[in-house]
Amino acid sequence: MTGTTMVLATTGLDTFVHTVIKSLALGSLYALLALGFVLIFKATQTVNFAQGALALAGTWFLSMVFMDWNVPGRWVGGPGWLHWFVALLVAALATAVLGLVIERLAIRPMIGEPIFSMAVITLGLEVMIRTVAFDAVNVTPRVIAVPWGADTFMIGGAMIAWSYVAAIAMAAVAFVGVWLFFKTRTGVAMRATAFDQETALAQGINVGRIFAIAWAVGALLAAISGVFSSMSPWGPAGLASRDGAFFAFRALPAVILGGLDSAVGALVGGLLIGFAEIFAGQYLAGHTGILGVGYQQVVPYVVMLIGLLVRPYGLFGTEEVRRV
Amino acid sequence: MRGRPKLFTSYVAESQLFPTRIQKVLVVVGIIVLVLMPFDLPVISQIPIVRFLGDNIWLRLVNRMLIFTIAALGLNILSGLAGQVSLGHAFFMGSGAYTAVMLGGKGSANLWGWGLPIWIWLPASGVVAALVGIAVAPAAVRVRGLYLGIATLGLVFIGLHLSRVFPEIAGPGALGRKWPRMQFRLWKEEDPLVDFSRDGDWFWFEVSKNQKTYLLLLALTVVAAVVAANIARTRTGRAFSAIRERDVAAEIMGVPEFRYKTMAFAISSFYAGVAGALLAVLAGQVPPESWGLLLSIQFIAILLIGGIGRVSGALMGTFFVVLSPRFIEEVIDWMKEQVDAGGIFSGVFDTLISTGDGDGGLLAISETALGYPLPASALDELVYGLLIVVFLLFEPLGLYGIWMKVRNYWKGWPFSY
Repeated sequence: MTGTTMVLATTGLDTFVHTVIKSLALGSLYALLALGFVLIFKATQTVNFAQGALALAGTWFLSMVFMDWNVPGRWVGGPGWLHWFVALLVAALATAVLGLVIERLAIRPMIGEPIFSMAVITLGLEVMIRTVAFDAVNVTPRVIAVPWGADTFMIGGAMIAWSYVAAIAMAAVAFVGVWLFFKTRTGVAMRATAFDQETALAQGINVGRIFAIAWAVGALLAAISGVFSSMSPWGPAGLASRDGAFFAFRALPAVILGGLDSAVGALVGGLLIGFAEIFAGQYLAGHTGILGVGYQQVVPYVVMLIGLLVRPYGLFGTEEVRRV
Repeated sequence: MRGRPKLFTSYVAESQLFPTRIQKVLVVVGIIVLVLMPFDLPVISQIPIVRFLGDNIWLRLVNRMLIFTIAALGLNILSGLAGQVSLGHAFFMGSGAYTAVMLGGKGSANLWGWGLPIWIWLPASGVVAALVGIAVAPAAVRVRGLYLGIATLGLVFIGLHLSRVFPEIAGPGALGRKWPRMQFRLWKEEDPLVDFSRDGDWFWFEVSKNQKTYLLLLALTVVAAVVAANIARTRTGRAFSAIRERDVAAEIMGVPEFRYKTMAFAISSFYAGVAGALLAVLAGQVPPESWGLLLSIQFIAILLIGGIGRVSGALMGTFFVVLSPRFIEEVIDWMKEQVDAGGIFSGVFDTLISTGDGDGGLLAISETALGYPLPASALDELVYGLLIVVFLLFEPLGLYGIWMKVRNYWKGWPFSY
């Protein structure tokens, strides 16, 4: 009798541990995507709907750099996983250049226009980039050859994918990086620009350069999060595919819940949404008959709507002072 | 008042829809041309754009365009007039469409449908969508600006999920279920009184089903446009504009913000619901996924390309967005013919398009081929995205702004102003 209860208790705990780590991983992924949105919004007051398309483009770049051209493996030896990370960096930088080009051509001329127009222009960019990227990944599914693939390891009785660890680590690196960046001279300039563009200009800050940096970093983050969201448990098993372009939209609830202009909000919002989605998926699975198949994908939006009702500017967002 | 068309001596005169006599004449002539357009008549069928329309493919596209116009007019009231950004328009269209199929569609063991006539399901689809809009409004009023845009985006995804939860309404498969045909019945009798879905005779004329549908949709669109234009010049419309300009100031001046924002959502959703029902009926069978984000984006693009806040802008925008993909395909076909025929430009076109394997070029002619060169269908999308960007960058007022510039230029000609 007691033995049976013991086993049940352990499996319950294992499920719990597994669910927590899974939630942390998905939350980190959302936070990573959200950070890209937040950085660009903070500096340029633009919600970048093209983030998902940029993520797909980044994944496609990685596939080209690593698989097709074998960079850097064609020049130097060494372990394969190191090559992969170098290739990831190259691909992310290429996406950053794409972000720079977009900023220069489409965003810079729009400074001073209503934020709605700015947001819609990125919708147009999204359609363009997505079309080209779809076309590129459609012919043959593009392998991105993640070094750890779909490998897993065990903690007690809980099976953990290496991708979970990787996503959590990557998000940690990105958030610490951004936090450190905000301490630098440029970072302070970006915060000043976010606060008030004209005053920042008057203080001698090159606002145009800040815009460019924000877009480059935002696109870089998009590429990295795109690659990580194409890994085995989330994406189609390490392939660059159409889904990549829409994954970023799933991070929008995290952005809104945390507040559009707060990096801390991106982290908290991402984790909250990740936990809500995975826990609902794990522990409400018995009610699929009522909730419908795939209900967990709607959980983020429900959480977002409830969050917005309580705090219309997100948990950490700056409340707009309403004046006549 | 002769020769001084801009001199108004009363508010009534100033707020007329068509202030000058020339405009009134043009509107009447325009409507006559529009009504006679799809028929093979001696003079009218020679007008350049109209010439294409004898063709059924084009006429079907025009029918689609008319439905899109109704939906765009609705979004224009919400976003253009009342200034509330909404990415959830597709959701309201979907609610209208599924109301229509529930009331008007054929029921079976695992599908809900009561087979009611069109005069019930068409208004009902609008009313139900409006009620959904009213239900959403309390939440939407609390949220502002971009937050509202993304919150309404959430509606679209929740709607898609609901279509999976209720296979009795949306149909079990990915293809969706069959919508009722466009037929007018008094009640559930066997033979419809007026059948818009079959070719037939009206009085002494032979009328094809597309021509019949066209006339019905044209009538609905004209009514929708007149109502939309009239809303803008009533007390309600002025309240909407006040809220758009500055909601706090509007409230201080005695415009109840909550009531008018709710009203804007309701009216806009009514338009969306009716348009959604018509769109689904015209298509016959619609997969649930089509009421998605891309549809919402399309309407925002329509408004921005046409010119936001104007009925004429919504009309021009739809014309442009719905017809341009087809037009691009025509141009590509024409370029291909030029290459085959050989001529002055054949060399230029040959570098642009790729007619087969091994032929270099930017565009592939065969529709199925993906990858590079780009297929023609990808080009449509690309141009569509480019149009949104270019219009916002260079002409924020859209086609309406271009029209104003052209008009003002000729008004003052040969002087610059």
